[in-house]
Amino acid sequence: MPFALLKYGLNPRRRDAPQLKWPSEIKKHYDVVIIGAGGHGLATAYYLATRHGITNIAVLDKAWMGGGNTARNTTIIRANYLTPEGVAFYKESVELFRGLSQELDINIMYSERGHFTLAHTDAAMRTARWRAEVNKHLGVDSEVVDAKDVARLCPIMNVSEDVRYPVLGALYHPPGALARHDAIAWGYAKGAMARGVEVHPGTEVVNILKEGDRVIGVDTSRGKIFADKVVQAVAGSSSRVSALAGFRLPIKTIPLQACVSEPVKPILDQIVVSGSLHVYISQSARGEMVMGGATDPYGLYSSRSTLDFKEGLMAHMLELFPFMAELRVLRQWAGIADMTPDFSPVMGLTPVRNYYIDSGWGTWGFKATPVCGFRMAECVATGRQPELLAPFALGRFGSFDLVGEKGAASVGH
Amino acid sequence: MKIMHCPLNGPRNIQEFVWMGDVKKVPDQANCSDAEWTDYLFIEDNTAGEVDEWWLHSPSNYLFVARRNRLTDEILWTKKPSDYFTDDAP
Ligand SMILES: Cc1cc2nc3c(=O)[nH]c(=O)nc-3n(C[C@H](O)[C@H](O)[C@H](O)COP(=O)(O)OP(=O)(O)OC[C@H]3O[C@@H](n4cnc5c(N)ncnc54)[C@H](O)[C@@H]3O)c2cc1C
Repeated sequence: MPFALLKYGLNPRRRDAPQLKWPSEIKKHYDVVIIGAGGHGLATAYYLATRHGITNIAVLDKAWMGGGNTARNTTIIRANYLTPEGVAFYKESVELFRGLSQELDINIMYSERGHFTLAHTDAAMRTARWRAEVNKHLGVDSEVVDAKDVARLCPIMNVSEDVRYPVLGALYHPPGALARHDAIAWGYAKGAMARGVEVHPGTEVVNILKEGDRVIGVDTSRGKIFADKVVQAVAGSSSRVSALAGFRLPIKTIPLQACVSEPVKPILDQIVVSGSLHVYISQSARGEMVMGGATDPYGLYSSRSTLDFKEGLMAHMLELFPFMAELRVLRQWAGIADMTPDFSPVMGLTPVRNYYIDSGWGTWGFKATPVCGFRMAECVATGRQPELLAPFALGRFGSFDLVGEKGAASVGH
Repeated sequence: MKIMHCPLNGPRNIQEFVWMGDVKKVPDQANCSDAEWTDYLFIEDNTAGEVDEWWLHSPSNYLFVARRNRLTDEILWTKKPSDYFTDDAP
């Protein structure tokens, strides 16, 4: 078998699978320029092309495609939020995710695992009940289970009472899922590029060109590009780019760290989150235990890793999963998260005409990639804020209409 | 372990401190507009560079000002509020 592979590799008549090709030239004008080739920017381009017939689009990225938080997240997908606005929004995303392998003709490895939000206090049990009721009311599958059920469904978890924070019960969300993050970026890029969309990595936006209160294009490290409409989808860099357009955001950029263990045989089916302990864990398809926690304690534009993070994580992790004591950490990394005061995104129209924003994705935006792309495309094509995005408008902060997802996002995703 | 220099307690583990955000001018709440007030509450410069910040040494509940570079995580200096506001008063 290795010999056959070698022969195949060295065969001069070998035909490689088609790869994504970046055009070498940038045009002077596009209908739409999208800043940021992460999942969100690429999905927006894809749905503009497929649902609205707009294909004269350039997606620009200062680094490489899909290398931002899209490449760094721990891929937890769920719809069991707390606010009705949030639940309706994330529910649509889960529905899109379920059909995405077919739609994009790429295996996104969508894997429904079941998702526990553990409760270690009476207050957390009350929040779990509240979330379960909101979820059920809106047609999202969620229920409160007690510690015995947790032990039955997830036998590897330590639900003993002889620990610092015993498990009292959990919010259980059977549709909670994982997917392959890179495939989301590649799938949307492939679909968009097949319809004429251009992706330009290595192209940093350094200024936003305006005429009065209207955007007319962007200045980049490769020169000026004019556009009828501009979308920014740059996650941790949101405030820096919006400053170029002349407005400020309710966002703080704070690192979020994660790590994986060496791979082991399948042992953990579910996704387990503990808001009180600030830890979460799942096992990837290749056997690594994927772990993360809360954001760093202070704002920073840097994706460095710290020992503090790993110490804090492991202390709790070993109580929940004592077998982890035998595993070594294989990789660690971080992304810079665009955190909002109400733990909800900021999407849609901006004070600059024809300039649209998709930001405030903090630690929870991977699961929103499809719905974001779908609804941002609608927003850009029609020039109006879609109903589903109305609660997430930038203007909500001026009128105290915050969408407080805090209760649902103590671990932050 | 990252060390922060507390003006009251000297060098301490950064885990003992709480980040309290930018030093910014508080609008006069009796007379400012709603827009000025919500701007103060929610909107951030989120500067990618040097920023003056409020920090709290939690065990002693001592509040002070630090200048920190948010790209490199370097703490340039820390000051007692009384010194900061006499040195940098507008
Ligand atoms: C460690 C970690 C774990 C996470 N876990 C989860 C999870 O389990 N579930 C979940 O739902 N979410 C999670 N998230 C959040 C999620 O990753 C993000 O919200 C989401 O990926 C954001 O996607 P995006 O496309 O908006 O941004 P990104 O993928 O960050 O893309 C933005 C792009 O913009 C580019 N850019 C920036 N500035 C410029 C400029 N001036 N010019 C041109 N390009 C520019 C960047 O290079 C980058 O490629 C996690 C995040 C992190 C960091």
